Amino acid sequence: MSLLLDNMPALLIAVSLFGAFLIPIFGRFLPKIRDPWVILVSFLASLIAVINAVTVFTKGTVVYVFGAAAGSSAASIDSGGLPFRIIFTIDGFGAFMLLSAAIVSFAVILYLVSSQKERSGKSEFYALYLLLTAGIFGMVSTGDMFNFFVFLEINSLAAAALVSYHRNGGIAVEGALKYLIVNTVGGLMVLLSIGLLYAQYDSLNMAVIASQMTWTTLNIVALVLFITALAMKAGTVPFHYATPDAYSVAPSGITALMVVASQAGLYGLFRILFTVYGGALNTVTVGWVIIILGILSMVIGVTMALPQKDVKRLLAYHAVSQTGYMLLGVGVALAVLGDPVALSAYGQTAMEGGLFHIINHALYKGLLFLAVGAVIYRTGVWNLNKLGGLGHNMKWTMIFFLIGALAIAGIPPFNGFASKLMIYESVFAFNPILSVIAMIVSILTLASFMKVFHSVFMGPKLPEFENVKEVPKLMIAGMVILTIFVIGFGLVPDLVVDSIVTPAADALLNQGSYIAAVLGGVL
Amino acid sequence: MPFITVALLIGIAFAIILLKKNMIKMVMGIGIMESAVNLFLITIGYREDGIAPIFTNAPEGVDMVLPTVQALTLTNIVIGVATTALMISMIMIIYKKYGTLNSDKMRRLKE
Amino acid sequence: MTSGLVIRTAGRLLAPFIFIFGFYIVAHGHLTPGGGFQGGAVIATGVALILVCYYYKDCIDKLTPAKNFKLVEAAGLILYICTALSGLVVGASFLFNWMNATGGLFGHAVAYGVNAGDIFTAGVIPVLNFAIGIEVLGALSVVLMYMFAGLKETTQAEDDAPASTPIIKKSGKQGGKK
Repeated sequence: MSLLLDNMPALLIAVSLFGAFLIPIFGRFLPKIRDPWVILVSFLASLIAVINAVTVFTKGTVVYVFGAAAGSSAASIDSGGLPFRIIFTIDGFGAFMLLSAAIVSFAVILYLVSSQKERSGKSEFYALYLLLTAGIFGMVSTGDMFNFFVFLEINSLAAAALVSYHRNGGIAVEGALKYLIVNTVGGLMVLLSIGLLYAQYDSLNMAVIASQMTWTTLNIVALVLFITALAMKAGTVPFHYATPDAYSVAPSGITALMVVASQAGLYGLFRILFTVYGGALNTVTVGWVIIILGILSMVIGVTMALPQKDVKRLLAYHAVSQTGYMLLGVGVALAVLGDPVALSAYGQTAMEGGLFHIINHALYKGLLFLAVGAVIYRTGVWNLNKLGGLGHNMKWTMIFFLIGALAIAGIPPFNGFASKLMIYESVFAFNPILSVIAMIVSILTLASFMKVFHSVFMGPKLPEFENVKEVPKLMIAGMVILTIFVIGFGLVPDLVVDSIVTPAADALLNQGSYIAAVLGGVL
Repeated sequence: MPFITVALLIGIAFAIILLKKNMIKMVMGIGIMESAVNLFLITIGYREDGIAPIFTNAPEGVDMVLPTVQALTLTNIVIGVATTALMISMIMIIYKKYGTLNSDKMRRLKE
Repeated sequence: MTSGLVIRTAGRLLAPFIFIFGFYIVAHGHLTPGGGFQGGAVIATGVALILVCYYYKDCIDKLTPAKNFKLVEAAGLILYICTALSGLVVGASFLFNWMNATGGLFGHAVAYGVNAGDIFTAGVIPVLNFAIGIEVLGALSVVLMYMFAGLKETTQAEDDAPASTPIIKKSGKQGGKK
């Protein structure tokens, strides 16, 4: 038992990979146990992620070394004090992202097992799904730059193959091709800047680079490449072209998981900005760049969402807009990083608001995509002009969609309100104009979702939807899990912020503790 | 000197990806950019008058070129193979359904 | 497509040598340049040679269909993850090199200085090389087989039919030596 507990970070990816590699054999010889096996492996992987997160929140940063004699000393004895093995460093921020990925991935697999029942080629689908889960878990836990790049590429390839799953119509493959090209170019830019950093500091370990970082020209080039590439992955303006296409043609459960994968890209951006570069940045300049990217994403996302007729494309543009909120909150915290008075007054709250919005967005956007996917599963129509009056037939789906719509617009007592309030307060103390823009975007979001809700669920019953029934029970179970967390996080936001979000914000703002946990005080 | 080649190749590759309309030429442009990044990674590890970094062939007093960049390059080549294979199979399916390889005509996903 | 007697015979002669050469690259991965991925790619080149020389339908019937290669790929991956998890069973961390210098299967110690290299050294690393080699050959063969399925091939009846245009006899007066 203690053997398992010591090696928990390695089991994060090992369990998912082991499950994924056995699925083709089960699919060929024993097809009846393939579906229960997928649900079991996904449940175990989420459980291990939650255990890891709880360990980090109670005991501090966990460092795990691959291939050493004992799991936890980064600078082992046979290396003369320099860490050269690949390490997993899970601190507060990583644990926070692990929690959101664990909840969403388990809820989505319950939904997918029943919504893809009549399709063929399911063995490869489930294997790729478990591979994507392992990729997301690995990307937010790693402490080594090249390992981060490898998991980034695993995510792009697995997600692109999953997006193109409904290949009979041809349109899903077009969206997946665009997504793959954009992510490949982004990945190559990340590799170029990792090469630049390696050439200067002769190490791939994030803590070793962070302890020697200075502000030279090559580092500025590397930083620009990182921000461009990771903003491309997260779908911010002006690189958002792949996101609406890919989100609107993928199977609905996959879109909910791709939201988590895009936010893992945001994780990478914040890790590079705060931990690897840290105090060596020119914080005001870079902070304002991030703030401007955030404002552009918010405004352009919501204005392009208003005239949409395809309901999943509308949700995808709203995802772009909500990513802008996270960038705004964290950008404000970055801009005041060098100023301790302002940091403790409103910078800390801005950072916490931005980070809390990450997990809230994963939860309510996942719920919205699953509810819309349920509607499309039963009716086969995704054009808003042709839908109508489904509230009479699909009562549970209507309730879940209403909860998700109120959460995204920021209405209390759901979780969107708590994080948006923190962002409004702190950004207002920094610069009032930005806060006013954020509030206008929130009002437009509410208007857009009222329009969608009215045209899909309200109104008289249409004759072609007479026989539409409610969706199967497993799909409702997946949506129920997400709803519990949406309502729960909204009812007790103080408890959630104190126990989950504040350790994450502290871990990001405090570069010295990260370096000390890995190098143990030895340079 | 090889760094100038790398910068030139990345510039040419970006021009190909942004300007060409045929999808297969776009995939070739991504292949050129990948080769440029691999060349950059290997050039970082070069030391003057170095020998190959093999442990059982270590004469005294001679420098070896860096071996970890060779591992990075090998991993990138494998990732490139997988990405190119996936992109080309997607282009094959698009050709069967749409009948064209021109990226201007593949616009069923509109604004 | 069939390419004539010469190419078919040469392909049948060369294919075993390609397979053995690929296997050699995989097996000596810890001594010479090479290893899992490179050796697996060379073996997949041998499969590609056979696919080019013969009709696609004959390959599917007589060589092996694509779904067997998928099992080969899964077997290689399972060998890799079990070897990695075996480090946990022995008592140390994930992917620990527990077979190094202990005298078991690959357990001789590495001698210092300039020497020719002993193949039975370096513990877990050759086992992982074999696993990756099997996996890469399976995966690349599946990719090749599915891509060849998209070609339009001529059938055997069309290839054996006499040519539809008459062969023009070259007269000896134009060109050539006088």
